[in-house]
Amino acid sequence: MAEVEPKQKKASGRQCCICNQRRAVLKRPKTLEQICRECFYAVFEDEIHRVIVDNQLFKPGERIAIGASGGKDSTVLAYVLSELNRRHKYGLDLFLLSVDEGITGYRDDSLETVKRNEIQYGLPLKVVSYKDLYGWTMDEIVKMIGLKNNCTFCGVFRRQALDRGAALLKVDKLVTGHNADDIAETVLLNILRGDIARLSRCTSITTGEDGPIPRCKPFKYTYEKEIVMYAYFKRLDYFSTECIYSPNAYRGFAREFIKDLERIRPRAILDIIKSGEDFRISTSTKMPEQGTCERCGYISSQKWCKACVLLEGLNRGLPKLGIGRSRGLNGHKKDIEQINQMNNIQSKPCGSLDF
Amino acid sequence: MACTTGVCQSGCYKEDDDEAMEFERRSESATTTTANGSASLPVKEDSDHRNLCFKCKVDEAITGDEAHLCLGCFRSSLFGKFKFSVTSHDMINPFDNILVAFSGGPSSRVVLQFVHEMQQKAQRNFDASRDRSLPVFGVGVAFIDETVISSIPSHEYEKAIQDIRLIVSSLAPPEKKLHIVPIENIYSLDSKGETSRLKELLHAIDDDTGKEDLVHHLHMMSLQKIALDNGYNKLVLGSCASRIACHVISATVKGQGYSLPADIQYVDARWEIPVVLPLRDCLIQELNMICSHDSLKIVKQLDGSGSGINVLVSSFVTLLQKENPSRERTIVRTAEKLTPFHFNRLPETDDPNNHVSSRRRHKKFNPKSNESIPSELFCPICNSPLNKVDSERLKSNLRHCETSADILGISCCSSCQFQILPKKSSSKEHFYSLLPQPMIDRAKYHISRDQDLLREQIKDFLLSEDENGT
Repeated sequence: MAEVEPKQKKASGRQCCICNQRRAVLKRPKTLEQICRECFYAVFEDEIHRVIVDNQLFKPGERIAIGASGGKDSTVLAYVLSELNRRHKYGLDLFLLSVDEGITGYRDDSLETVKRNEIQYGLPLKVVSYKDLYGWTMDEIVKMIGLKNNCTFCGVFRRQALDRGAALLKVDKLVTGHNADDIAETVLLNILRGDIARLSRCTSITTGEDGPIPRCKPFKYTYEKEIVMYAYFKRLDYFSTECIYSPNAYRGFAREFIKDLERIRPRAILDIIKSGEDFRISTSTKMPEQGTCERCGYISSQKWCKACVLLEGLNRGLPKLGIGRSRGLNGHKKDIEQINQMNNIQSKPCGSLDF
Repeated sequence: MACTTGVCQSGCYKEDDDEAMEFERRSESATTTTANGSASLPVKEDSDHRNLCFKCKVDEAITGDEAHLCLGCFRSSLFGKFKFSVTSHDMINPFDNILVAFSGGPSSRVVLQFVHEMQQKAQRNFDASRDRSLPVFGVGVAFIDETVISSIPSHEYEKAIQDIRLIVSSLAPPEKKLHIVPIENIYSLDSKGETSRLKELLHAIDDDTGKEDLVHHLHMMSLQKIALDNGYNKLVLGSCASRIACHVISATVKGQGYSLPADIQYVDARWEIPVVLPLRDCLIQELNMICSHDSLKIVKQLDGSGSGINVLVSSFVTLLQKENPSRERTIVRTAEKLTPFHFNRLPETDDPNNHVSSRRRHKKFNPKSNESIPSELFCPICNSPLNKVDSERLKSNLRHCETSADILGISCCSSCQFQILPKKSSSKEHFYSLLPQPMIDRAKYHISRDQDLLREQIKDFLLSEDENGT
């Protein structure tokens, strides 16, 4: 708990309904309780601590990479995690891991933010770039393929880049800043798409435990609005511009719907996640068997991993290669749209690491 | 194009598969254009073959979303879907006496029409057959009159009821009995002040969505009561795919993910009178089209306008459907992949009549449950099965409960606890006293079940049948 400052009760304004001492300055988005700033910090941090402890996300002595984009989610995550690590003696070695997609005017600026965070929070930073890993920057990719499917490339590349960066840092786990709103959105989109396999997995707090580096989401139950509020009151240094290549990518339907829901009933976000966890999905809906890519050794269910296929297309000047499953000419266009939409849906706009 | 002549007769339900249809449509258009030698011309502008039904290739296709079927083919394909779900799930057999829930809207209007046609046909077969071994199933119609709690002016409501009487009475024989029952009749056991009690009950709920949902549960309860009191053995609802898609999303939003698969199957036998949904595969647009083309009279919807989550969800789904016409089906299909419950199949009866009918039907698609029937606990308010956490909590807390209201409090699903039950414990007792008997019975059932389980463990040492030893 934050120390209680000796403040006399004020007659004016409403009292914080948690401590009953200080004046309430905000309405907590998750519960609509009117509370003071100190109590907000306390409940916010405490909830995340509870999630970490209850789900046994970390073991003492582990090396943990924080996927850091410089955006609000990952900045708050880095701040809170290093704070909790100190306070509750998790005994973790924390690192910042950033991916440089090579997007001028966007990523270069946000990387500056991450570099400042490195100093502010005293966490070592590792940057992996698309240029180094794949030989292409997003700027170059967009120049070649245009603005249509660029998010497919970015999404596939980022996933692998994060894993590769994590391997370089020799970390045991990667944490990302996915918040409750993101997860609720993914649950809905998987229902809308009919993707039962992803629907069964998308609410797990830790994923990829069979893979090389498990990922987890300590913000699984944390509302986006509260993250913004926390960053605002703590005056955290974060970068808040959207990717220039996908301004409001598929933010439309599902996002807006969730915001509307939240307005009527804040609890709806948690309820969607609860539904996602509770769905009776028989275990027979299996994921394809995982192997490794013959070319780069990355985990893949196919002969080549998706990144290698996309890369091959780029290098051979056939950027459409690997976009969409080949199902005859008729299905082709539809597939591209589907994949494109899927990726837009799945990831946040290209460029933020909380993909 | 293989079949260019002949009127299509099959009740084809294949266009369920949108992709297949899309593909066929495309290949058809490709062939037509090349045949005319003008590949650049879209089919629509081709004057000769313009808008021919893509199935029978004879009649003109009707306009609308299903633009490629003529009225006859469209109708028979829709009836085919209905017929297929009825036969494959054994929804209606000759010995049945079924109750059709009728709201006057397009879905229930179509279900009434289709059931009526089936009954007529059965009657014809009966009249023609020599031994008359298979009787004609009976049909009743139920309308729940919600005048007392509706925001719609009573004269409009009366007008609607008049229309409903007219619709049902103008159906050709065999005659169908119409039951118009006020919703407050669920209190019939303790008849006094039922209207005010119902109003007070709804007034005690703060949440708009919770109120709406409770009315929905009461509605179902009323239908069950009508069916029970009048000797019906199945309840037919007109829930269509569009409606179910909305339910999938709204149940998810309300945190009812666990119980969701119970509500959306063809058969739901957790009720005393099993509920069946024969129009589960039809979209509301299709049903609307049938109503307008067949000039089936529908009654203005009596739901009133809501402001809660249900309304938000339905406008969201409508928006998605506009953007992609197969969206509602995709949503339903996703939910179909969730594991249904053991009660989502008709109970096997020892009735010899039943065997006759099931022998006659070869295709039977009862969802298989590989679990040995688990003893599910149900929420007393919404009657949905409780998930593991809720069940465990109920089991471990049941013995600490002192009042009936406490029991109700812990035996509800978390969704009802949030949106229907009052928050303050002081008002819980009052709320409990306002609930209709069936809900109270369900809550009490948890206690008796718990007692039975205990008794089961010690029964060898008990000398008499009841606790007092008398």
